[in-house]
Amino acid sequence: MTGNNIQLDTKGRLKHFLTIEGIDRSLFIEILDYAESFAAVGERAVKKVPLLRGKTIANLFFEPSTRTRTTFELAAKRLSADVLNLNILSSATKKGETLLDTLQTLEAMHCDMFIIRHPNSGAAHFIASKVAPHIRVINGGDGRHAHPTQALLDMFTIRKHKPDFTTLKVAIIGDVSHSRVARSEIHALSVLGVPEIRVIGPRTLIPNDIESLGAHPYYDMNDGLKDVDVVMMLRLQRERMRSALLPSEYEYFKRYGLNEEKLALAKPDAIVMHPGPINRGIEIDSKIADSERSVILQQVSHGIAVRMAVMAMTMGNRSGETQ
Amino acid sequence: MRLKIKNGRIIDPENNIDQTGNLFIEEGRIVGINKAPKGFKAEQEIDASDQIVCPGLVDLCARLREPGQEYKATIATETAAAIASGVTSICCPPDTIPVIDSPAVVELIFQHSSNSRLSRVFPLGALTFGLQGKTLAEMDALKTAGCVGVSNAYAPIDDAEVLRRALEYAVTCEITVHLYCEDSSLRNNGVVHEGPISTRLGLPPIPETAETVAVSRALLLVEQTGARVHFCRISTVRSIELLADAKLRGLDITADVGIAYLHLTELDIGTFNTDCFVLPPFRSQRDKEGLRAGLASGTISSICSDHQPHDADAKSAPFSMTEPGASTIEMLLPLTLQLVRDKTLTLQQAIAALTSAPARIAGINAGSLSIGSPADVCIFDPEASWTVERDSLLSAGKNTPFASWEMIGKVTQTILGGNIVYKN
Repeated sequence: MTGNNIQLDTKGRLKHFLTIEGIDRSLFIEILDYAESFAAVGERAVKKVPLLRGKTIANLFFEPSTRTRTTFELAAKRLSADVLNLNILSSATKKGETLLDTLQTLEAMHCDMFIIRHPNSGAAHFIASKVAPHIRVINGGDGRHAHPTQALLDMFTIRKHKPDFTTLKVAIIGDVSHSRVARSEIHALSVLGVPEIRVIGPRTLIPNDIESLGAHPYYDMNDGLKDVDVVMMLRLQRERMRSALLPSEYEYFKRYGLNEEKLALAKPDAIVMHPGPINRGIEIDSKIADSERSVILQQVSHGIAVRMAVMAMTMGNRSGETQ
Repeated sequence: MRLKIKNGRIIDPENNIDQTGNLFIEEGRIVGINKAPKGFKAEQEIDASDQIVCPGLVDLCARLREPGQEYKATIATETAAAIASGVTSICCPPDTIPVIDSPAVVELIFQHSSNSRLSRVFPLGALTFGLQGKTLAEMDALKTAGCVGVSNAYAPIDDAEVLRRALEYAVTCEITVHLYCEDSSLRNNGVVHEGPISTRLGLPPIPETAETVAVSRALLLVEQTGARVHFCRISTVRSIELLADAKLRGLDITADVGIAYLHLTELDIGTFNTDCFVLPPFRSQRDKEGLRAGLASGTISSICSDHQPHDADAKSAPFSMTEPGASTIEMLLPLTLQLVRDKTLTLQQAIAALTSAPARIAGINAGSLSIGSPADVCIFDPEASWTVERDSLLSAGKNTPFASWEMIGKVTQTILGGNIVYKN
């Protein structure tokens, strides 16, 4: 049995980073503040700090990902760590090696940290409960469960534009049922005190019990977008889609795609976010994706700073220690 | 051997007996309650003061993993766990490897179970060949070989025409069908109840309708075919309403529930506790209460262990990659007695749900202390408490969701065919 608390040590400090659940507001803010100091590193001519020099970080990706893997890799390299990329889709597990065998092999190679991306919910928790005590685990996305670094970088981005979370209305639009991003965003927004979290989509893509997470469901985009400060689009994960969930991309875009007309219902200064990669013309009109309302590219660059902060903190570094 | 069990509180729901007194056993049979037969001289006496003496328990579903999965458990290990838990008769479902769809497999199970000389094992044969849900199994041959019922275990029968014909053929062979109801398309590879936990953990959900749609379909086909169907492992309150309705309309059906479902809900999954991955899934608090009410009202008459021992690897992976099922047989009696303390059932009802009711469903000569019946007896101390520790379980399966729970009620002796086969 594994609990959320396994990501914190006895003093409440970050040991693994598996889910937003169980991270309190002060720790959350501490991570965001720490990430600010790393954002500056990216702007310098020499983009490296020596915090994790001599450490080995293994990117264990059990499902394909370009963006997340690349930003984790860049983050690790900017912290001066050595990085091992393992695309396990094509290697060991196909030969009948179990997940635990793979982990033990990597432990024997003296890795210090595993970044896990896995198609099954709970994989990162499982791995964190099984690794040797000195190894840190960061969840790079597990099934439909959690993608906590994405939520962190999105909160980091929102804070740049809307510093006071306690006055915000935020809408999350799309395939909430199958989205680990949505679950982590909802937890993060709750922790930071956002009073109104909405999810918008067809009934086939919104879980019946979504209110148990503190989000209010809307099935009509025009109602749901009214007066929101932040519009968070989800990627329509076509590879996860089952045929009975949606009739066509055309109909989806018509009801839930973000275009100028629908965006006009949100607050005039509302920002538009998307975890990427974008399906232009399915979730979002190109004009909006490329407009000044869109903060999509900022999200990407913030992703590196936030991941540097999480890696450094789980390895025992604290705010203020960037050099 | 002549055996006298004295001063126990004898409870035999089949004969409506609840009295303190003596039980007399001779040549493997019950020969008297309170009144010894003429000239009876006990060779051995058991003092059962402050203990309850009841028929040996009958478990309608426990997996023994043999043949085919001896790395998980064997008939020897699991019948030893059963006998120490007061269970003297076990029905084992046909999802062994190979499937129990031929007399040879039945024969093998009988052979191995008679070698172990512990609980009696009553195999259920396959309803469809290979449990594939496509063609009928040789039900008549299976019955002749000794199967007490037929079942498709957890394998779905998607094709309603096949289910209809299987029920008709079971009527022809005069054999009871033990039917687990799941609509596999609605389950859609789900692993936990569709509710707050599936939403929070992002685990693929199993809606209530995966069960209720299949129960409804089966009830209509029972009505059409007149088959004798026993509904296995009911998990939702809505199914109970459907079954109660059907019974009111005169359908001759029975139902059971797994013991764990009367104590656990989806919330016990906590953060990916794989010991709580079971099928059907643990459902809501409301369902748990409904199952208890269904037992009290008699819509569900029987409680089984639904015992599923696993090797450690089977539960050691991300949640939905693990194997479903829990090791429960050693908790069957104390967790049923808990229902009495919770005022859900009377003690008579509780013991009936573990003895006379399942014996009747299986159609076996067990579960009662009637004069002349096999002397299978369970003697337990209703007040003795113990703590569940994984490593102390006798079952080869340590995969219990009840680890570190306190149990009240402990078997002190088990008698099988007049012989003391377990003594604590």
